[in-house]
Amino acid sequence: MNAIAALSPYSSSMGKSNAERHTLSVLVDNEPGVLARVVGLFSGRGYNIESLTVAEIAHVERWSRITIVTTGSPEAIEQISHQLERIVPIHKVTDLTVRGRAIERELAMIKVRGKGENRLEALRLAEAFKAKVIDATLESFIFELTGAPDKIDDFVELMRPLGLAELARTGVAAIARGAEAV
Amino acid sequence: MSKQMTGAEMVIEALKDQGVDTIFGYPGGAVLPIYDALFQQNFVKHVLVRHEQGAAHAAEGYARSTGKVGVLLVTSGPGATNAVTGLTDALLDSIPLVCITGQVPTHLIGSDAFQECDTVGITRHCTKHNYLVRSIEDLPRILHEAFYVARSGRPGPVVIDLPKDVQFSSGVYSFQENIQHRTYQPRLKGEASLVRQAVEMMAAAKKPVFYTGGGVINSGPAASELLRELVALTNFPITSTLMGLGAYPASSPNWLGMLGMHGTFEANHTMHDCDLMIAVGSRFDDRITGRLDAFAPYCKKIHIDIDPSSINKNVKVDLGIVGDCGHVLEDMIALWRSGEKKSDEIALGEWWDQIDEWRARKSLAYQNSKDVIKPQYAVQRLYELTKDRNTYITTEVGQHQMWAAQFYHFEEPNRWMTSGGLGTMGYGLPAAIGVQMAHPDALVIDIAGEASILMNMQEMTTAKQYRLPVKIFILNNEYMGMVRQWQELLHGARYSSSYSEALPDFVKLAEAYGGKGIRCSDPEMLDAAIMEMIDYPGPVIFDCVVAKEENCFPMIPSGKAHNEMILLDLSDDAGLEIGSIIDEKGKMLV
Repeated sequence: MNAIAALSPYSSSMGKSNAERHTLSVLVDNEPGVLARVVGLFSGRGYNIESLTVAEIAHVERWSRITIVTTGSPEAIEQISHQLERIVPIHKVTDLTVRGRAIERELAMIKVRGKGENRLEALRLAEAFKAKVIDATLESFIFELTGAPDKIDDFVELMRPLGLAELARTGVAAIARGAEAV
Repeated sequence: MSKQMTGAEMVIEALKDQGVDTIFGYPGGAVLPIYDALFQQNFVKHVLVRHEQGAAHAAEGYARSTGKVGVLLVTSGPGATNAVTGLTDALLDSIPLVCITGQVPTHLIGSDAFQECDTVGITRHCTKHNYLVRSIEDLPRILHEAFYVARSGRPGPVVIDLPKDVQFSSGVYSFQENIQHRTYQPRLKGEASLVRQAVEMMAAAKKPVFYTGGGVINSGPAASELLRELVALTNFPITSTLMGLGAYPASSPNWLGMLGMHGTFEANHTMHDCDLMIAVGSRFDDRITGRLDAFAPYCKKIHIDIDPSSINKNVKVDLGIVGDCGHVLEDMIALWRSGEKKSDEIALGEWWDQIDEWRARKSLAYQNSKDVIKPQYAVQRLYELTKDRNTYITTEVGQHQMWAAQFYHFEEPNRWMTSGGLGTMGYGLPAAIGVQMAHPDALVIDIAGEASILMNMQEMTTAKQYRLPVKIFILNNEYMGMVRQWQELLHGARYSSSYSEALPDFVKLAEAYGGKGIRCSDPEMLDAAIMEMIDYPGPVIFDCVVAKEENCFPMIPSGKAHNEMILLDLSDDAGLEIGSIIDEKGKMLV
């Protein structure tokens, strides 16, 4: 028996030891409370949310797409998908990680304060990361960077010693590659 | 058909169109327009309860005993919050309810108005779905959608929160039968290839068992019939959860009794040693499985359930079939017959021999007494004296509930109403009222404890008002018996707050409510007293004074496996120290 099973006699071998990161795409009717239902499910059942984004994607039909990044064992992820499917205004739940080859993108705005060499270094790195300067003063820049979450993490870490002052991130939006639509 | 009418009238019209003839409710400021509309018609009968929790349980009893959707109508604020326990109860036991709550007018929402609460926010977690109706145009659709959602798939409670201005405003009402819901379309038919695989596995099994649950009852009487047919065809043993009792007749030789924490020795050992488990409409609840990592370790598991999230939730299964159990059972029977499948008779014979050995252990045996009524004996006598009548049983929650499940035997579905998942004390009396409303000529008995019954005692007034001859059969041991039992097992017999002190005189209480009170403490007088109860044409409170410190056995102690059950005789002699049965890990569990 594994360590989790030893902790609680009720818990099965569905432990957290083999946790995976999955990105779920959830197509919902954009009606009041639908986001609360989704978030409430995660908090109520003790699931993790690493990132959550939501926006309306079809104005006439009033459909929204929620992209959730979560972690858990494969069994737990399957359970999360099924629990989501039970929510009445949800059209479809797709596990983009199981489908493979999903593209994930996130937008970040990064404010960096500094003078002299630090300022120049920040600008050089921004260029290397293809970040745009969207605001500038004599002692600060705001960079806009789009990319996979890892790339943004990397950039933010580089900016930290150079005068990182403020950070805003959108969370992950994701879509499957190829011709097929969810 | 579309007609112009007010929102309040639409509610009544929708109830009629849904075939709802009885609702349970309590008025208040935010639902007055609906009560006014109720007043001006005769189709929908309204039962005035004395507390909104009672309305919810009564609607549950009504729903569970008829297979229809139960309806309750309550006001905003405290009306809604009082209903929350009943809604949660219905959610955990998959009972279809539609609960209409009044709400303050839309322009006051969010202003902390008088009797305002965020009903959809509060009930989001304890309903299958809920709606806040913001405009009259949405109301007809929402009303009918609510019934569809409540009864379709895995049934559950649905709340419609209806602001007072919407009740007053006027709009066009229309009703369309067989709505096609945009998003919610549960799968009913099991996938053919999986059903085929299941049948193959059954034909190959040497030690099979059916483990069935409330889903069979929810699927409708046809599913119970099909279950009987499949058991007869295969000659497999069958056990059931608390919620599933009655789907399969207790008098059949294939019946092992209930399984789980207070299930029979034979049912639990059969589950533990089986090589094929066929779970039908059951959900591997912790009361059933006991210690998960030692649960049924030698078997392949087939799980048939209408709710995909039930499959692989607590226990990993080898074959999950999503579908309504009635449909899947039907397909299984057809395949079994057409494929001329046969059970492995030799293996099955040996399996039955083994099961008979477990049966011979007589795990429900208890030491009877001439001086004091044993609670088990009381339920046994109640069963013997009522089994040939048109009887429905409800219960409260605790030891009496388990004794009722063990000693009252059911031959048909929809006869047994109990709070399984949530374990709600105070369920039984209002549920009995709901059952009696649906079955006016039946004998409806709430098997109760003296502590539970006091939680919704006020509903005696409802019984009196509507001339409902419900019988409350209290196993009075002056303790919250199950709490006391756990304190004996876990906490050195320190009975902290579990003694029922300052109990009312139940006979006088019955009389005060306008009913009949009967007290019995003598085993010899018990039969006559029960007959007196049955024969009385009004509500009765029967104060059955029973042995005070009787424990409910057999029992799988918390954190133990099915084959580690303790039996009554083991706990009395053999030097078993009762306080040491549950280990430290088990003490953490509930």
